[in-house]
Parts: sequence; structure tokens; C-alpha cells
Amino acid sequence: MAEEKKKKRKRGKCAIYVNGNLVGFHQDGAGLVGRIREKRRTNELNYEINVFFNERANEIYINTDAGRVRKPYVVVEAGKSRLTPEISKKLQAGQLSWEHLIKMGVIEYLDAEEEENSYIALSEAELTPEHTHLEGVPSAIFGVTSSVLPYPEHNSGPRITMACSMAKQSLGVYANNFTQRFDTRAYIMYYPQQPILQTDAYRVLNMDKKSAGQNFVVAITSYKGYNMGDGVVMNRSAIDRGLGRVMMFKTYEAEERLYPGGQKDKIEIPGPDTVGFRGEDAYKHLDEDGIVHPESRVEGKTVLVGKTSPPRFLEEISVFGVVEEKKRESSLSLKPGEKGVIDSVMVTEAPSGNRLVKIRVRSPKVPEIGDKFASRHGQKGVMGLVLPQEDMPFTKDGIVPDLILNPHAIPSRMTAGHLLETLGAKAGSMEGKIVDGTAFTGNTEEDYVKILKERGMDEYGEEWLYDGITGKRIGVKLFIGPIYYQRLHHLVSNKMHARSRGPVQLLTLQPTEGRAREGGLRFGEMERDCLIGYGASMVVRERLLEESDKTRQYVCQECGMLAHHDMVKNKNVCSLCGSNDVVPIEMSYGFKLLLGEIRSLFIFPRIILKDKA
Amino acid sequence: MDNNKKAIINPYSAAGIVAAQSLGEPGTQMTMRTFHYAGVAEHVPTGLPRLIELVDSKKEPKKPLINIYLKSAYSRSETKVREVADELESILLSEVADVTEEMGKRIIRVIMRPEDAKALHVTSSMVEKAIKKTVVTLDVEKEEERTFVVKVKKAAGTGDEPVLKILRKLTGKLAKTLVKGIAGIKRAVVVRDKDGEHFIRASGFNIRDVVLRDEVDSTRIYTNNVMELWKIFGIEAARKALVFEITQVMEMQNLAVDPRHIMLLADAMCADGKVKSIGRHGLSGEKAGVLGRAAFEETIKHLVNAAVTAEEDNLVGVTENIIVGQTIPIGTGKIKLRMRADK
Repeated sequence: MAEEKKKKRKRGKCAIYVNGNLVGFHQDGAGLVGRIREKRRTNELNYEINVFFNERANEIYINTDAGRVRKPYVVVEAGKSRLTPEISKKLQAGQLSWEHLIKMGVIEYLDAEEEENSYIALSEAELTPEHTHLEGVPSAIFGVTSSVLPYPEHNSGPRITMACSMAKQSLGVYANNFTQRFDTRAYIMYYPQQPILQTDAYRVLNMDKKSAGQNFVVAITSYKGYNMGDGVVMNRSAIDRGLGRVMMFKTYEAEERLYPGGQKDKIEIPGPDTVGFRGEDAYKHLDEDGIVHPESRVEGKTVLVGKTSPPRFLEEISVFGVVEEKKRESSLSLKPGEKGVIDSVMVTEAPSGNRLVKIRVRSPKVPEIGDKFASRHGQKGVMGLVLPQEDMPFTKDGIVPDLILNPHAIPSRMTAGHLLETLGAKAGSMEGKIVDGTAFTGNTEEDYVKILKERGMDEYGEEWLYDGITGKRIGVKLFIGPIYYQRLHHLVSNKMHARSRGPVQLLTLQPTEGRAREGGLRFGEMERDCLIGYGASMVVRERLLEESDKTRQYVCQECGMLAHHDMVKNKNVCSLCGSNDVVPIEMSYGFKLLLGEIRSLFIFPRIILKDKA
Repeated sequence: MDNNKKAIINPYSAAGIVAAQSLGEPGTQMTMRTFHYAGVAEHVPTGLPRLIELVDSKKEPKKPLINIYLKSAYSRSETKVREVADELESILLSEVADVTEEMGKRIIRVIMRPEDAKALHVTSSMVEKAIKKTVVTLDVEKEEERTFVVKVKKAAGTGDEPVLKILRKLTGKLAKTLVKGIAGIKRAVVVRDKDGEHFIRASGFNIRDVVLRDEVDSTRIYTNNVMELWKIFGIEAARKALVFEITQVMEMQNLAVDPRHIMLLADAMCADGKVKSIGRHGLSGEKAGVLGRAAFEETIKHLVNAAVTAEEDNLVGVTENIIVGQTIPIGTGKIKLRMRADK
């Protein structure tokens, strides 16, 4: 490659690469590129070809391969768009199609490389002779996620980024065939709505058919500290009517697995002689086939699929000379702390050919304190209070907000789009129309002001509200109106966790970790350092020993080795030196393990005991 | 209670942990930004890198700096201070002359570059002296006004080393020969302090030779090289310098740390009469208990060594007692009650 480049530089000719391979040289790179492009526009070359001319290195890259992301632009020549009014007219009349435009060279696709050679205007008005292309619509500069956000040009950049990532966490209708699907985890909104204020891309992407959100009536005011620091107050009656309500679907799987030796799992109701039998009650929801009955209400650790496995080791031959088959219980049960109704049961075959049972459990998730909501402007909030509708402020028309947002959320974040969306949706709802909030081309504030004025309303969307408790009018006009809100994936009910007592790890006898294992919260090194810093040595001892892995071990006073208690002789003995001078000592089980590990290094750790001074 | 008594901490307080946390927490907020010193040695490490340097008690800081104050008789005039500064700055032969070897004739030719020599105030006699000092027994001929020739031959004491090898070695040695100034002082600039006094800020080390000069006020010389201060002025000077340097790092980042925490750190580092680093090779590596050391770093090394020497751990430290599962001997855990039998 270096050799080739040297050669090329010597001759002062332009190197040409096709799909990354050097194919030849040319005297006039710029001219060649121009001709290739012209031929592409006149259909002499395939329209999927892209050319990039690197003037500095004097190299041409022609790409014809698959996998390039390409975007269509209107071709511009001498400051004139090739999409002339005549063509537009024909297009509108249906005489021309998109394919026609490409064939005619009115529109061409650029890839990331060729884009570097172009100068693209956002609108026809700003065209100059230097321009090479024109963007079809200005909002096309946005990607899929950001182009469904309303009024991004009125928001600060970081908030747009946040709004995009939050839109991906919103709960709605993720697929229209959700009743047929067995996703491991899925959420469906009860009453999804399309936004009153939406963008062109929203409809182009068919998002109105799989919405993820609802139009909330939002008042912007503080409420007794319950919406401090990105908290939101919500209307209980609105929640009761189904606002923000979603259904959670979870799929559990059980497979009849094959074991070496031809043995197999069996899906059935385990009998009382099964090893690990959980008692009649645990299997009460199972049908005769060992699978739960659909529409039964399940909770906690109830069994969904009864299953028995062959024993792990070969059984001893019993007194009567027959091999007793003791089966092992290996049922599938609902995760601890979960609750729901059996939505659907499916029996199929696993890729391995084994019988496979899939069970879909549904549980409704009503919004509760701690759930997360967000508008489409990066304005997220956590519900801090559910207020009865009677106590909510109301307008003279009887409009009660669904959600109360704290005004402090607005100025420092500069999400003017949030306010503009509220205003626009308010005007739209008065008109009974869906309004346009597409970036750069959407309706303006003036449009909305005009509509509201015509209806005799406050032109800036502010209204007098009355306190729901005292009935007195609130001293200032409040900004209130409908705005599209999303319920985000982070539901407290899926995260809430506490432990006082619970399971411990097998090896260390220390508490387990993680919500799924009912675990404790780690009291780590730095936390320990803090307690030491306070001089609270009794607390340190309690956290690290009493509440963790305290054990009683026997220590031989002769040789310093760990001893044991002989149950048969009811005596303490040292298994190393045989001495009976053995005393019980409290220590952490972790230390006992450490002693064992040290011994495994061929080091003999002695414990020398002394009386406490 | 008077304020003095209030300021006394409780018996068995965990002063070390508190000091470590008080220094460590602001440390997480330190930026990697470096500040500029006027003139010499730009990019003197400050902030976290500098703090790490101090705490690791590196042999030499990345950018050693020396502040040299002159005796009042000299420090008044800037020109005089500048003169001294010029004399301190070390100049190597290669900076003023080309040193070339001629294998065929077995000679080394040193040709002075007049412009460079003039700019650095180096005379041909100084060069001659420097060459003679380096080659010792060999003949040095003055070929021209500014050209010297060293004839290399077999000399006593070199053993059976071939002449060409000696030639090669000597060429390198000559290039690095000090012609003028004090070895180790790389650059010296005159700076004015807050009170308008002129002093020399030099980059490099070797304050011992600087102090020996008459003009230098040896009571006010300072270097950020803690290890050098320790060797020349003793452990107390090093301790003070540590406190000063750490304080400066924290102040430069606008972080408020109680000086007593810094003093405790410096005390701990200097308690044995030598400057010890924090960490594996210093303080933590010399902890009393095996278990405590094993819990920190290089677990197996400590355990094996303890086994070989049949070491006993008397469980005096905090870590050891936590491992074993006993009440730690600090704060509440250290307080004991005794009852007098006669009452």
C-alpha cells in the first residue's frame, strides 16, 4: 500500500479505489468524480453507487458494496433545486413516484463518505451556487428517535438526548401482536393515546398505532413540597380511571430435560415421596397434567409447573434388593414477591426436542408513589404523592390536573419546548384537532396564542385555579394544559427490597446479595472505615460478625488447631493431637475458612488463646 | 470548658482513619489540571499526580525546583542575582562545543561553537580546564584558538581494554562534562517574590553544592524535593516540607483540609527517621500484624514469610481483629472498666 502511494505521488495522478481496492489512476480526479455523478443521475450508472473525492490525498473512493447507510437528498445545480414546481405538481397529482424522481436524477442517495463532498442546504430559500444538495424537509436532520420529539429546536441539547433515551424506556404498545407473544418480560399500557401534539415523523413511523404515553393535564405549581426535586403529584381519581396503568407480562419456562443414562424430567404433580416435596398447598393451582390452570391467581412462591427429576446419584439398593427410585422435586415456581394471574399457557418443543412449557403471568401495575414519569422534553419525575381529586386544584371550568409539576424543573434546564407543547396541545384540544410540533416547521407560539384568544381564553395558557381543600382561589394564575407524558420502565414494585433475616451463602455462611436472592445490602470496606472512624467498635463487631457469619468453633489449647465436638463420646477432641483441652471460641466463619485455606498452602496456623486482660 | 480542652480529641479516637478520610475525600475531587510556574520548568505536577508523588515519597519529583535566596548584600540588585544565577546554571561541553571522535587517528576533537559559548559566558580556558579534568592522564593539545584535541592511547589503569573502546567511552563522557555551574542545576531564572525580593528559581537538585556558595543564604534555601531535604537537613526538615507541599497542593485546588490531618500524615511518614511511603513498600508494608499486612497487598508473600519465620500475630491492629471476629481495639472497644476490690 505504501509502495503504491509512493508511485502515485510520483506521477501526480489520482488513485482510484473501488470498495477499498486500488484499481487504477486518473489524470483528473475532480473531473472524473463529476462525470461519475452525472452518469449516476442520468441512470447510466446504478443509483446505489457512491463516490467520494479526497482532494487533499488526491484519491477517489467508489463504493458499491452493501451495508452503507444512505440518505436521500434533492440534487441542486447552480443554486437551483432540481425539484421544480412542475415536478412537485406532478408528484402531488400522482403522476410521478419516488422511483421516478430517482430515475430523473431529482433525488439521489448519499452515503457517509460522499456527504463529505457535499454542501447541503436546509431549505430552498438559503440556496447559493455553492450548494450541491437540498434537504427534503429540515427536520430530516434528526434520527428516528429524536424526530418524534416535539419542538426540539426550543429545548437545550442535553435535554433532547435525555428525552430520546427516556422515550426508549416508555411503556406503551411495543408490538400489536402482543397477545400472541411470549416475551420474557413485556408491558402493555391499558389506554394508550396518541399525542395531541405530534410530529410528521411520528405518523410516518406509524407510532400513532403503537403509542407509548397519554395526554396528561399538567398544572405547573409547587404542591406542599410533595413535588420538590423532580417529584410529581398525581390525581388519584385519574389513576383510578386508568391513567398511566400498564399490564406486566412475564413468561416462565419449564423444560423436560434429558439426562445421561436415558433418564428424563417429568412434568407432573410431584408426589409426597419426592425429595424436596413442598407440601400439598404449593401445588394447589396445578391441573392433572402438572401445569397451572389458566386464569388462576398466583402469588409468592407458588408452583407454576410441577416437575420431578431423576436422582442426582444412583440410589443404594434397599433391603429388599430393589432399586428405590426416589425422584427429586424440581418444580418451576413464581419468583418470590411477585403476584399475578396466569394469562396463558403454551406447550411446545424446545430446540433440543424436549417438551417445553411456557407460562405467561400477567400482573397489573397501577401507578404508585415511586414510579417514574417523563414528558418528551427530558423532564422526568418520580411520583411523590397521590392526591384525591377533591383536594386537587381546579379551574372555573372544572378542569382538574392529572399531574402537578414543580416550576423549578423548567428555567435551569431550558426546556421551553415543554411549555410550548402544553400550549399547543391546549389549543389543539380546544379545536379538536391534532397539532403539528415538527422541528423547524411546526406551528408557532403565535398560532396557538391566536387560537386561544379566539376562544376567549388566556392567550398564554394561564388560568385561575381554586384550592381543592379550602376552595379559595390561588393567588396567581397557573400555567395548565394537556401534555403528552410517558410512564417509564422503572417501577418501584419491581425494585423495592428489604431484608431483616434471610438466606445465607452456602460457602461463607454470609448473607446473600441481590434482590432476586432476598439479599442484604453490602456493608463494605468504606462503610466499615467510617464506623472505625467513629470509634464505634461494638457496631463494627455487630455488622461484621453478629449480623453476618458468626460461628462457634472449638480450638485446641495444646496445639492451636481447630478441634471438634465428638457427639458419640460427648467430648471435645482435637483431631490433630488428640488432646481434650479444647475450648469453644466465637469467630467469623470467614476466618475459619481462611485458616483452612492457609493450611492448604502447607502453612500451619496456630491459635494461641489468652485470657482477656 | 475552654476552647483548648474542647479541641482535644477523645482518648482512643481513630485519628488515622479520620485523617485518611479527610485527605482522601477531597482527593477524589482533584482535577488533573497542572499550573504554570513562572519561567523554569513548566508543567510542574500539581493536584493528584503531585500528591501521589509526595505520598509515595519518590526519590525525585518529576520537576524538582529549588528556590535560592541570596544574602541581603547580594539580593538587592537584580543584576547581581542574575549573575549568580548564570553561574549556578550547569553547562555541559556538548552545549558549547562539538565533540567528535576520529577513530583513524585515535583522537577526540572538541571544536567550540563561538556563538553558543559567548551566549553562555563560556571561555576557551574553561573548556580546556573541563577537558583536562575529565581525561586526567591523556594529553590535550590546543590545535587552534577554539579547538582541542585529545590523543587517546593505552593508559595505566585501563587494563586490557582496546583503545577504540576507551575512545568511544571518553567521547560520551566528554560531551557530558560540566564546563561551568553546579552539576544538577538545569535552569536558573530570577524571580521576584511577594515582598519584591529577588531570588533564583532553579530546576534540578543538588542543593548541597548551591549552599556552599558564599552569596547563597543557606537558611532560606528550599526545594520541593523532599528526599533531598531529608538527606541534607534531616528528618524534621523533610517532615515540615511534606506538610508544606501537601498543604500547597490542597490550597491550589481550593480544597479545605485541616492542617492537623496533613501533619499526622507527615508524622506517620517520618516517624522512623526516614521518609517512608504510604503503601506496600512503606507504612502499610511495615504494619505489625501478619494478618493486617496480608489483608492489604501481597497476601501470600506475607503468609509464607510469616510461616517460615514462625511469626506470631498478637492481634493489636484493627484489621486483624476484624478478621478474627473480635471487638476492635479502638474507641469504645479499648475502654475497660476495673473495680477496686476494697470498696
